[in-house]
Amino acid sequence: MVDIAPYCHAVTAATTAEALTDAVVALAAQQDVAAIPTLIDVLGYNNPAAAQAAVNGLIQLGDAAVEPLLGQLDDYNYGARAYEVRVLGAIGHPAALRVLLGAAQSDFAPSVRRAATKALGTLRWHLIEGEQERRLGLEQVLQVLQRNTDAADWAVRYAVAVALEHLRQQPAAAIIQPSVVALLTALGDRDPDIVVRSRCQLALQRDTVHLSMHT
Amino acid sequence: MVMASVSDATSLTVPEMLKQLQGEDASLRYYAAWWLGKFGVDVATVAERQSIVSALIAALTDECDRTELGGYPLRRNAARALGKLGDRRAVPSLVACLECEDFYVREAAAVALGQIRDTAAVDPLKALLAGGVAMATLVPGRPHLVQPVEATIESLGQLGCPSAIPLIEPFLAHEMPRVQFAAARALFQLTAAPIYGDRLIAALSNEDVQLRRSALLDLGAMGYLPAASAIVTAAVETSFKLIALHGILSKQLAMDAPTTEPLFQALDQLL
Repeated sequence: MVDIAPYCHAVTAATTAEALTDAVVALAAQQDVAAIPTLIDVLGYNNPAAAQAAVNGLIQLGDAAVEPLLGQLDDYNYGARAYEVRVLGAIGHPAALRVLLGAAQSDFAPSVRRAATKALGTLRWHLIEGEQERRLGLEQVLQVLQRNTDAADWAVRYAVAVALEHLRQQPAAAIIQPSVVALLTALGDRDPDIVVRSRCQLALQRDTVHLSMHT
Repeated sequence: MVMASVSDATSLTVPEMLKQLQGEDASLRYYAAWWLGKFGVDVATVAERQSIVSALIAALTDECDRTELGGYPLRRNAARALGKLGDRRAVPSLVACLECEDFYVREAAAVALGQIRDTAAVDPLKALLAGGVAMATLVPGRPHLVQPVEATIESLGQLGCPSAIPLIEPFLAHEMPRVQFAAARALFQLTAAPIYGDRLIAALSNEDVQLRRSALLDLGAMGYLPAASAIVTAAVETSFKLIALHGILSKQLAMDAPTTEPLFQALDQLL
């Protein structure tokens, strides 16, 4: 059993950007849940390389990082919040649903809104066993995605397309498939941005390939 | 003074803003010029568009709104708005603005003429580069050069006129990196030679983050495909990378290029 404390100390004691990144990489490599609070703190240090290392470490720790992240969400630093939301999306535990719905709808920072919008597609819905609860959650997600198809920022609308593609591929989200396809088709037809439209069309094409492989 | 905020800007109307542009209050006129440039394209009828362009052209010779240093703020905003509206009727008046004593009016007019894309602007723009690199020095005590060379070079690139190439080339060696970048971007637009795109890729590892951002946005605006992977790994904020990749991808899609999938993957991951 490795003592994690010296690794955490190396992070808090680092005096240069390089030393910080190295210390975070070393801490993350321990894959120890005791590293989680320190890794979350690093997301707020305004150091992209160190933050990326912390993001990777937290994603590897998986579900164990979800509750601490939800409890430690940074209300004041939107840079940190964007990283936190990305980690929650990559881990995909549905315990983050409420927080992600809120962030995708109304966070003032575009970087947080687009990360949360994408994350709404990558939650692992099979973890919710009650069918009623799952249906309710999926419908809330659809509503927020639908609303974000009118976002002024193309990147948020692009994130809607990516989220819808993920939802399309999840068997546990099968009950909303018709709405997902309808929304992708509509966005692919009428979005003013060629990149957003093409991303939707790509998602719909990929879907065709996917289906034809299984029939 | 009450100024309409951006959040309720869309509830204003063209007749209101036209009236405000021709009113007495300098701040309201300044705001109206901005508003008409930003929203005029989308909300105005053809007849209203005519009135907007005429009113903005009139504002290019305004004498009322002056700064302490003698600048013409309303003229600057009117020029910017005319660039966004893209109406060729504004070209002669904008060309006249290239000789205004206010640097920022000249700069705004140079940008607008590039946006309107009327080749009648080529020779007057070239004239701003007369004297070459030796002329293009900082005005003592001011944060800008004698002439708006960066904007002028970019507009000549947009106008696609090869006769500007020998005039622009020497600016690759200007002392200010931003001017060098503008020259590289314009020369790429005029020649499609990869050497100019590659210069900007090299600038992505410059130690100054502002210059890295600037080169990255230039590469995106050029739609320079070979820069894609360097853009993804550059030490620049994600928001800038998204804009740059969006530029490259838009160009590829407009050309019906077959290899867009890796670009979509890169965008997906940056979100």
